[in-house]
Amino acid sequence: MHHKTLPYRIFSIFNNVFLILLSILCLLPLYHLLMVSMSASAPANAGLVTFWPIGFTLEAYAKTFNNSNFLTSLWVSTQRTILGTALAMLVSTLAAYALSKDSHIFRARNVYLWYFVVTMLFAGGLIPSYLLILKLGLMNTLWALILPGTVGVYNVILLLNFFRTVPKDLEEAAFIDGAGQLRTFFMIYLPISLPAIATVSLFIMVGHWNSYFDGIIYMKDAEKLPLASFMQTIIVQKDMTKLDPQMVANMSQRTISASQIFIGALPILLVYPFLQRYFVKGIVIGAVKE
Amino acid sequence: MEANTEKQVTLETTPRAKTKHKYKQPWMLHFMVLPAVLSVFIFSYIPMTGIMMAFQDYKASLGMMGSPWVGLKHFEYMFQNDYFLQITWNTLFFACSKIVLNLIIPFIFALLLNEVRNMGLKRSIQTLVYLPHFLSWVTLSGILIDMLAQTGIINQFISNVFGIKPIFFLGDGAWFRFTIIFSDVWKEFGFNTIIFLAALAGINPALYEAAEVDGAGRIKQTTHITIPSLIPIAIVVATLALGNVLNANFDQVFNLYSPLIYQQGDIIDTFVYREGLLSGQFSFATAVSLFKSGISLILIVISYRLAYKFAGYRIF
Repeated sequence: MHHKTLPYRIFSIFNNVFLILLSILCLLPLYHLLMVSMSASAPANAGLVTFWPIGFTLEAYAKTFNNSNFLTSLWVSTQRTILGTALAMLVSTLAAYALSKDSHIFRARNVYLWYFVVTMLFAGGLIPSYLLILKLGLMNTLWALILPGTVGVYNVILLLNFFRTVPKDLEEAAFIDGAGQLRTFFMIYLPISLPAIATVSLFIMVGHWNSYFDGIIYMKDAEKLPLASFMQTIIVQKDMTKLDPQMVANMSQRTISASQIFIGALPILLVYPFLQRYFVKGIVIGAVKE
Repeated sequence: MEANTEKQVTLETTPRAKTKHKYKQPWMLHFMVLPAVLSVFIFSYIPMTGIMMAFQDYKASLGMMGSPWVGLKHFEYMFQNDYFLQITWNTLFFACSKIVLNLIIPFIFALLLNEVRNMGLKRSIQTLVYLPHFLSWVTLSGILIDMLAQTGIINQFISNVFGIKPIFFLGDGAWFRFTIIFSDVWKEFGFNTIIFLAALAGINPALYEAAEVDGAGRIKQTTHITIPSLIPIAIVVATLALGNVLNANFDQVFNLYSPLIYQQGDIIDTFVYREGLLSGQFSFATAVSLFKSGISLILIVISYRLAYKFAGYRIF
């Protein structure tokens, strides 16, 4: 009834317009960046580009893709994201499955849970972690970027809360048919938990793709820097000491920075729409419980 | 055929409890947690032993076992250090402002979004406002540094419309603080509404129907049904945020700050990075970081207790 009254209709129109403007505001900076990256160098450097390209050219992209430092970093990030996500998901889902069992079936469950939760509350901090990587001999290797992030305790809890919602009858039926724990996990739990798996995978992938700090402190060679660390050094920190001086000369232009930032964000823009329908459901199940 | 009959026979002759036990394989569950246990042991528990360094004068050549013990020297130095008080204040200021705004704005946004009747429009708005959460601070800093530059789009706009001089958003202390807080809220408000939207979806529609029959308008329905239904979850969000008052977002500050505004912009985490890894004062930096972890631990425990007491919230 209420949505037929005149004041509510007026409110509705204003509300919709306001929310549409607000959501456009979330996209605008990225859109502006894209326009800068597709403009000619002179108007971009003068700050004339706003919402459409001036002197349209894809030269900046051509230069970016001719830059060997950029390409090797892109490759390092790709490897890191694929390997890191696969490893983290395998280890986390296995642990979450076991921990989702009731404590009368898996007696040590609560002990393990506390063992993990303690690390959420307390961490050794930056310096000891750095020294550990140094002592393990992982410095300057891809593993320094992958191994420390294998178990995200928050992700394990999200997954285990989801696994607990799987009907017990399914598991019972699998056991009676002769399946063991591993088979039940792979054949029943994994396929049925796709929303949760997709959500957590998205978080881990985005995390790996976006991490820059570990790359900066653990990688000594320029060709081993992941893309986010590479961009942090050249665009944000403007520290070119790690890089080839010939490359540095043509990298300081605004259009080239813009094209690099955009390409760096592109995989996330591409993956996000496909996984978005899962993650709202996944997070809600993890966060709000009866 | 033969195998089939055999199986039937065993099923009938073995008591059910026994079959259950055989297939449940509790040892397999231990085996399944093992990789996670090992990984956490190496990368979380071993670094915890490193906090010893806070009570030593750590020398890399002597190692953690051989370095001399100095008791609370680094902590005393820390508390006598005026700069340390300044960065603690900065950290609290950033974190508290963000906590308050990241609670209020998503709350209001969720209420307004709830009034959108067109589902397609609602979903499109949601998709767009969640997006910035997934972009990294490196990407966003790159964009912000470009947009907020003296010749950037924001300053162009300001000087064209208001005719005032360019603002040093990242080079002036007060503006830097504003930029940090505003950009964080901009990035996260959409994502932070998810939890409120979930709570809204869980409200029993019968309540609204009953209210309409009783003649309650939309405003009355909002103040008497919608807002009270959101209060418990808002309390959970607020109390859990308490554990984060010493986390002012390293990634954001680190990528946007510069020596120009250390006074107003430096936070505990960026200070630990500079003192520790850049200046090599491992022991002092570890002491600062231990102080921060200790306070955070106490606050997290308190906040979880409160969330459980007031709203029955548990993490598992």
